[in-house]
Amino acid sequence: MSFSVTEPSPVQKWIAGTLVVVYALITILPLVWIISTSFKSQNDAIAYPPELVSPVTLEGYVNLFSTRTRASAEDLAANPPETWYDEIAAERGTIIVGPSRFGERFLNSVIIGFGSTFLSVFLGTLAAYAFSRYKIPLKDDLLFFILSTRMMPPIAVAIPIFLMFRGLGLSDTHAGMILLYTAVNLSLSVWLLKGFIDEIPREYEEAALIDGYTRLQAFIKVVLPQAATGIASTAIFCLIFAWNEYAFAVLLTSGNAQTAPPFIPTIIGVGGQDWPAVAAGATIFLVPVMVFTILLRKHLLRGITFGAVRK
Amino acid sequence: MSDTTPDRFAASKPLRAAPQRRGLSDRAIAWIFVAPTIFLLLAVNIFPLVWTVWLSFTNYRVNRPNAEVSWVGTRNYERILTDPDIWATMQATAHFLVWTLVLQVLLGFALAWLINRKFRGNDLWTTIIVLPMMLSPAVVGNFWTFLYQPQIGLFNYAVSFLTGADPTSFSMIGDVALAPWAIVLVDTWMWTPFVMLICLAGLRSIPDSIYEAAECDRASNWRQFWTLTVPMVLPFLMLAVLFRGIENFKMFDLVVLLTGGGPGNATTLTAIDLKREAFERWRTGFASAYAVILFVTVFGLASIYVKALNRVKER
Repeated sequence: MSFSVTEPSPVQKWIAGTLVVVYALITILPLVWIISTSFKSQNDAIAYPPELVSPVTLEGYVNLFSTRTRASAEDLAANPPETWYDEIAAERGTIIVGPSRFGERFLNSVIIGFGSTFLSVFLGTLAAYAFSRYKIPLKDDLLFFILSTRMMPPIAVAIPIFLMFRGLGLSDTHAGMILLYTAVNLSLSVWLLKGFIDEIPREYEEAALIDGYTRLQAFIKVVLPQAATGIASTAIFCLIFAWNEYAFAVLLTSGNAQTAPPFIPTIIGVGGQDWPAVAAGATIFLVPVMVFTILLRKHLLRGITFGAVRK
Repeated sequence: MSDTTPDRFAASKPLRAAPQRRGLSDRAIAWIFVAPTIFLLLAVNIFPLVWTVWLSFTNYRVNRPNAEVSWVGTRNYERILTDPDIWATMQATAHFLVWTLVLQVLLGFALAWLINRKFRGNDLWTTIIVLPMMLSPAVVGNFWTFLYQPQIGLFNYAVSFLTGADPTSFSMIGDVALAPWAIVLVDTWMWTPFVMLICLAGLRSIPDSIYEAAECDRASNWRQFWTLTVPMVLPFLMLAVLFRGIENFKMFDLVVLLTGGGPGNATTLTAIDLKREAFERWRTGFASAYAVILFVTVFGLASIYVKALNRVKER
């Protein structure tokens, strides 16, 4: 009997498939647990043995978005719940007194994430195009320098950045954080985009030049549309980085420009951490990234290796 | 139309020079495009780095702006290199680094090898395995403290279910002996897919014809694995180790939210220790020297490693 050496046998495939599926199910379990905990009541969340599925409640989400105060039976009777979230709070013997700070923190994450992504992709595209198409003195050294900025531990440069921001009035501002994340992401965006632009044949631009375009017009009307997929996936990588960043955020922001990652772990309920609320915050924060990861799966490898490995 | 193409081609020669006269010159564009990036990196990375180096020779403290700042020479460096506590954090970092790399390389390579058996649905399962890697280490690390709870945590429950041990008899983040492994485990959970993806690219880059040739030479599967597969994937694997090594040397967010460096100093990695010196004890000069040492170490190790990587690639 002969068989192809490059095509694994059905038995091999079956064993390999089973092992990978088992690993995948184990690895996904903590993420499933975050989502399922976010829909549990506080008592169900800390039940022993742990329950994968408990009666669904939005208590975690209500607690995440609100500040509550304990209320006596008379107070509760005097203030009958008006909305569904008031009702959920009342069931726990509390009255909602106002919104929590999660909304603001989440909004900060969005503003800083999108702001820095736009800037780093904008600057990165320009630099990547120049590095890809022109003779620049010390090109390799400059590219290595750009990459090496990524090797610095954030905490190591945090001290002078802290001092610098204080001096310039940028501490705890959106502008300061956008600038900082842009600088951190530039290494990624330049390297990734240079790879994408390198792949666009020069003939297109040359043809455009022959047709009477200037270099700049050729760049805008020919190169940019060709690089659109690359620019989009670079943008998503920059966004995910800025979204996930914690070290700078916790050191350089506090009241005004704090993003969600330093905030979520500080969500405290009555008597210790309110796990359903933490899980609700984590779910809202993580699910968009999961969706983006699935959309990006074809370019994932390139993004995480700064374009060093292409499929 | 066909006869105009050669005409156009012939006419294209003199036109080549034309765009340089209209609009910006190539040189001007190149500099205008590169300058903002270089400027921003100088301002936000290099300038602070130089400042750090300067601060490292002083006794400056951020929380005492009016105190006199004096030049102390290399005293901060001497203190750091002779401090047994700092050597203990270096050891904790080395433990973390070595074990995460070993586990991630073994698991990542094994998974890539299995996925490369091309079973049905392997794309879907690969995407699922990759998910943890893209998530916020802070948010995920924080949630793992819940999974590690001795009374109610899923992790302790799973261990007791499999081994019969009492789930309250151990605490992954509370026991000095277990905490270093707790952070290794979560980091491995999170980053094995990274090594896996790179290995998978390496495995897929090997042309089938090589295996066919080996089969003709009657090389055993075992021999094919060690003389073909492993050497061909090695450059990819080393690249993965380089990336993970640098990242884990800088490790801060995941661990600080999992264990906070505790219990005691059991999981105080260098970046966590540095943060305490700089932003809790406010010994700015001392912390700056610490930062310089850390940066030089990462940079030095990475350069040596890149040289080795290039040698492997050339082979």
